[in-house]
Amino acid sequence: MANIRLVDLRHSYAAAPRNDSDYALKRMTIDWADGGAYALLGPSGCGKTTLLNIISGLVTPSEGKVLFDERDVTPLSPEQRNIAQVFQFPVIYDTMTVYDNLAFPLRNRGVPEPTVDMRVREIAAMLDLDAMLPKRASGLTADGKQKISLGRGLVRSDVNVIMFDEPLTVIDPHLKWILRSKLKELHQQVGATMIYVTHDQTEALTFADQVVVMHDGAIVQIGTPVDLFERPQHTFVGHFIGSPGMNLLPCTIENGVAHFAGIAIETRSRPKIPVGASKFEIGVRPEFVRFSDDGIPVRIAKVSDAGRFHIVETKHGETAINLLLAESSALPADEARIRLDPAHTQVYADGWAVT
Amino acid sequence: MSIELKSVVKRVGNETHIHETNLTLHEGGFNILLGTTLAGKTTLMQLMAGLEKPTEGKIFFDGRDVTNVSVQKRNVSMVYQQFINYPAMTVYDNIASPLRVGRVPAAQIRDRVHRVAEILKLTPMLERRPSQLSGGQQQRTALARALVKDADLVLLDEPLANLDYKLREELREELPRLFADRHCTVVYATTEPTEALLLGGHTATLHEGRVTQFGETAKVYRQPDNLRTAQVFSDPPINTAPVVKDRGQFVLSGDVRWPAEGRYAALPDGSYMLGIRPHHITPTPARNATEIDGRVLISEISGSETTIHFAVDDGTWVSLSHGVHPFGVGEQARLFIDTSHCFLFDRDERLVAA
Repeated sequence: MANIRLVDLRHSYAAAPRNDSDYALKRMTIDWADGGAYALLGPSGCGKTTLLNIISGLVTPSEGKVLFDERDVTPLSPEQRNIAQVFQFPVIYDTMTVYDNLAFPLRNRGVPEPTVDMRVREIAAMLDLDAMLPKRASGLTADGKQKISLGRGLVRSDVNVIMFDEPLTVIDPHLKWILRSKLKELHQQVGATMIYVTHDQTEALTFADQVVVMHDGAIVQIGTPVDLFERPQHTFVGHFIGSPGMNLLPCTIENGVAHFAGIAIETRSRPKIPVGASKFEIGVRPEFVRFSDDGIPVRIAKVSDAGRFHIVETKHGETAINLLLAESSALPADEARIRLDPAHTQVYADGWAVT
Repeated sequence: MSIELKSVVKRVGNETHIHETNLTLHEGGFNILLGTTLAGKTTLMQLMAGLEKPTEGKIFFDGRDVTNVSVQKRNVSMVYQQFINYPAMTVYDNIASPLRVGRVPAAQIRDRVHRVAEILKLTPMLERRPSQLSGGQQQRTALARALVKDADLVLLDEPLANLDYKLREELREELPRLFADRHCTVVYATTEPTEALLLGGHTATLHEGRVTQFGETAKVYRQPDNLRTAQVFSDPPINTAPVVKDRGQFVLSGDVRWPAEGRYAALPDGSYMLGIRPHHITPTPARNATEIDGRVLISEISGSETTIHFAVDDGTWVSLSHGVHPFGVGEQARLFIDTSHCFLFDRDERLVAA
């Protein structure tokens, strides 16, 4: 396993890129420790697949270097990089048995048969595939096949990194829970560096120790799941992570205090306004808004039952402010007031958190 | 329009895809078919559309027997999980296509296409081809085609499944609004319990080709008639464990016990199956809570919520709670079951108390 460093990376698919918008991947530097669990999270087209392909060697970056344990692997092919990959759809040999499928990556590298047998059985046990080993892969369900793909990704103990590209897309929700916790457990057992690419916030946040959030080819924040949830550094992170996403209230700054609709709003810290900033917003997640006797007057526009809680959409003028209400809590009358938890209320200038 | 399935059975070769089903769906609000892959959602929709014929039983539209009426004559629209559009046509022509088949005057076609495009935020894309659109825009185009036609029956088969998380959230918000003032019956298939809840309306839970319950969505969620329905309608999966009621107490394996109070008090002594959703087991003490000690198998922190998988004797439990509660693998943990939210099922897996 290896420590992975991406140094001053930048990539454009254009032959002669002129300005920043020609770059699918804006300049970035990332340092990933050996044995960590990382996620690349973002919507379609954010650059996460380009980044993954640069790490695996399918794409050579226009600028910058990829280092595995300080060794420059930028010019090396995927085969020479010694990595394992698991894709969105199962990549297995239908005509082979489950055993032979799992053994394939090892036999391919000339690993002696007794070692192959030991590793295959170890991985099969971790994935509850023991009973399946002699069966042909063709008869398995989609999730069964994907489990084998995972197994093939995990079976070699000498890889530098294991990469997962949306590996649970084809899996039903009730099985996603099981496979996700399995993957997490496997990470703790094998201690490999793992990179998980997804557009699904739940998968990214539950899998990774550290999540890289990408937007328009750039990294907007790198942090633990708790950081991203409690301290989003950009309004995009606030919006993209969390369901519903963070509320954004247009505001003005008067004497260092944020005001929404003429009401002073207490925030985490007194915002230091960067020179030249033009757009100010107050960001607060629905989890940190509650009904109260005083505070911002609102009317209740919509209530959605999400089972364990209700999503209440309130409005002050034209500004919508969502809040979450526990399943058993009572809903106030149409006219109500709300308070924002100051410790989780943040001012954003042109999209970026100011503290 | 109402649609009624009367003793409908669908067999293919030796396999029964739909067991005898009786179901009546009405206009107004979504009719949701909730179940895992292969539960029978798509087959039911194909039967409603007339793409498949039932092996037994009949199908009625507003009391009219349509069992042998072809799909072309049923006035239905379908939207699938895959974004299906005509690749060689512009978005405008894609949306207009169902009207051109039906000999609608040109001026009216233009009007209707523009109105639907406006609702679905496709106006700036009308001259583009589907390949030049994002996934979300492609699916909006398919939805626009279904909307423009004024069908009596609209069948939406997991229309959001292939979209990015946030796009899904956005379209899920819009969908009920799109159909709110239309006179059509909407049927929506999904594998996701939360999606069913947020769309509201009525829900039929499906398991292995059988409708296990049908009713108002929130009611089916909170009062599942049977264990299957509770399992289908719970994400993360509902916890289940055998429980014994003995002289005013419930007793679980691991010597976890609590008094049988309130609506649970009248149940006769004996063996039951307990069902409890993960969010009613938390790592923080709560009112009416019963302690349960287990070994942590795995814990996941999603930023706002913590999921803890833990083992008690030979059973596995899942807890889902607000906030950040770090636990190490293998750690002994004390959790708290809110026993006032238990479901109890009898030997036949029928609900006896909720």
